[in-house]
Amino acid sequence: MDSPAVEIIDLVKRYGATTAIDGLTLSAARGAVTAILGPNGAGKTSTIEICEGFRRADAGTVRVLGADPRAHALRPRVGVMLQAGGVPPAMRCGEWLRLVSRFYASPLDPQALLVRLGLAEHARTPYRRLSGGQQQRLSLAAAVVGRPELVFLDEPTAGLDPQARHGCWDLVGDLRAAGVSVVLTTHHMDEAERLSDHVVIIDRGQVVAEGSPAQLTGAERQLRFRARPGLALEELLNALPDGSAAKESPAGHYILEGQVGPELLATVTAWCAAEGVTADDLRIERRTLEDVFLELTGRELR
Amino acid sequence: MTALDFTPAPGAAPLPRMVLAQAGAEVRAILRNGEQLLLTLIIPVLLLTGFSLAPLIDIGGGSRVDFLAPGVLALAVMSTAFTGQAIATGFERRYGVLKRLGATPLSRAGLMLAKTLAVLAVEALQVVVIVAVALALGWRPQGSFLGAALLVLLGTAAFSGLGLLMAGVLRAEATLAAANLVYLVLLGAGGVVFPLSKFPEGLRSALELLPISALTGGLRAVLRDGAALPLGALAVLAVWAVLTLGLASRTFRWE
Repeated sequence: MDSPAVEIIDLVKRYGATTAIDGLTLSAARGAVTAILGPNGAGKTSTIEICEGFRRADAGTVRVLGADPRAHALRPRVGVMLQAGGVPPAMRCGEWLRLVSRFYASPLDPQALLVRLGLAEHARTPYRRLSGGQQQRLSLAAAVVGRPELVFLDEPTAGLDPQARHGCWDLVGDLRAAGVSVVLTTHHMDEAERLSDHVVIIDRGQVVAEGSPAQLTGAERQLRFRARPGLALEELLNALPDGSAAKESPAGHYILEGQVGPELLATVTAWCAAEGVTADDLRIERRTLEDVFLELTGRELR
Repeated sequence: MTALDFTPAPGAAPLPRMVLAQAGAEVRAILRNGEQLLLTLIIPVLLLTGFSLAPLIDIGGGSRVDFLAPGVLALAVMSTAFTGQAIATGFERRYGVLKRLGATPLSRAGLMLAKTLAVLAVEALQVVVIVAVALALGWRPQGSFLGAALLVLLGTAAFSGLGLLMAGVLRAEATLAAANLVYLVLLGAGGVVFPLSKFPEGLRSALELLPISALTGGLRAVLRDGAALPLGALAVLAVWAVLTLGLASRTFRWE
């Protein structure tokens, strides 16, 4: 039937001697929310800006709604939210949204959109006087005002307070419900887990994992507790069934994986009693996307 | 909460609507900007009244306002088409505005058309104000309106090319500094208020090739001396327009 919203095959992008994207392949389905997740410098923005037609690929194939991403015919069909800026500082908030709306054949009502995003009382405020979160919301509004088929959101919730973040998530939910395809980048795991049908984790310009949040986090469960740092986990492991794993990460936070059930729980609490350790916040839960992410991309700061 | 229907309904607005919307936004931005207004209206009007009323310069005989009005009209064209446009476009590039507009259905050609319309609209406003002040000071314009209009149009093209060439290559701050510097140099050395005849012979023939001298000289030939079409001035402006617009379109960086 329809081509995917975005199809990228073996994409390569270099900046001088640096290879920002190194043979990346991914596909974003129509009508779905796809999150591109990765640490800083992983190649998220480069990837999305190639899809938006701002940058040229050095190698590989990129199709957006079945077309060359640089094709002018795509412009009305694709909404874009840049990571930052893009608005003249002296332009009033409402004026900008009205201006952008006039480039489209059947746009949303700019005023209604301002109300929806909590910007109505700032309609006459110049862009440079808006808070960072308000600027983000205005960019989000401008990305959707033309009623596009596909929206690219580059870190849509960066710098938003919790209320505004939820507002943004609600909007993405409404876009999806209306059949709009959404591709967003983020480094908030909860955001990816909560919003997306499909998560693509990229690192060093390559896809390291992809799937639905449930597929990525797996059915595997963990037992977690907090206690004083530096417990001798080897002894505990000896008492546990084969195939169990235990680690302390970060200090004072313990995670046990394996056959997580009543037996394991009993063994752990018995061991704690014997060691004189008080286990705080003991709970059994699924792996989070954050665990998967850190496992795949490592913990070192970059 | 207002119900918003996000169901996709993509489509570009008709080109004239997009261009007029953008041109309107550009005109509002120019008129809202205090420094721009200083450059486009206040300085030309002050120069016109000051030098017309006070015998500060030797124009070599004849009415001072008849000499000054064409020069100040040329200055007004330069301030809007070159200085104002270069600075505004440089900062639009730096703030990612050009990039963001590139993601809308407004094409680059449409954006350039909108900028040109905005410049022409502001120039029309400047001409009305300057002509009114000059007439009040006793100006008696001669010559053909069409000849003067053609000079203004070609001058606008040449100065826009120069401004966009600068804005598309230099950093925004460098454009700001360079555009103001060039404005001052051309104001002083382009025959706007100081006659070119005051410069030494060799230097003068070089200065006459500047776009501001061609525009000033051409407008003076038409409006003061009643010439029909000053072909030399038109040719100089046409060469500048072709060169700068051609170079700008090759070198302009949108980001």
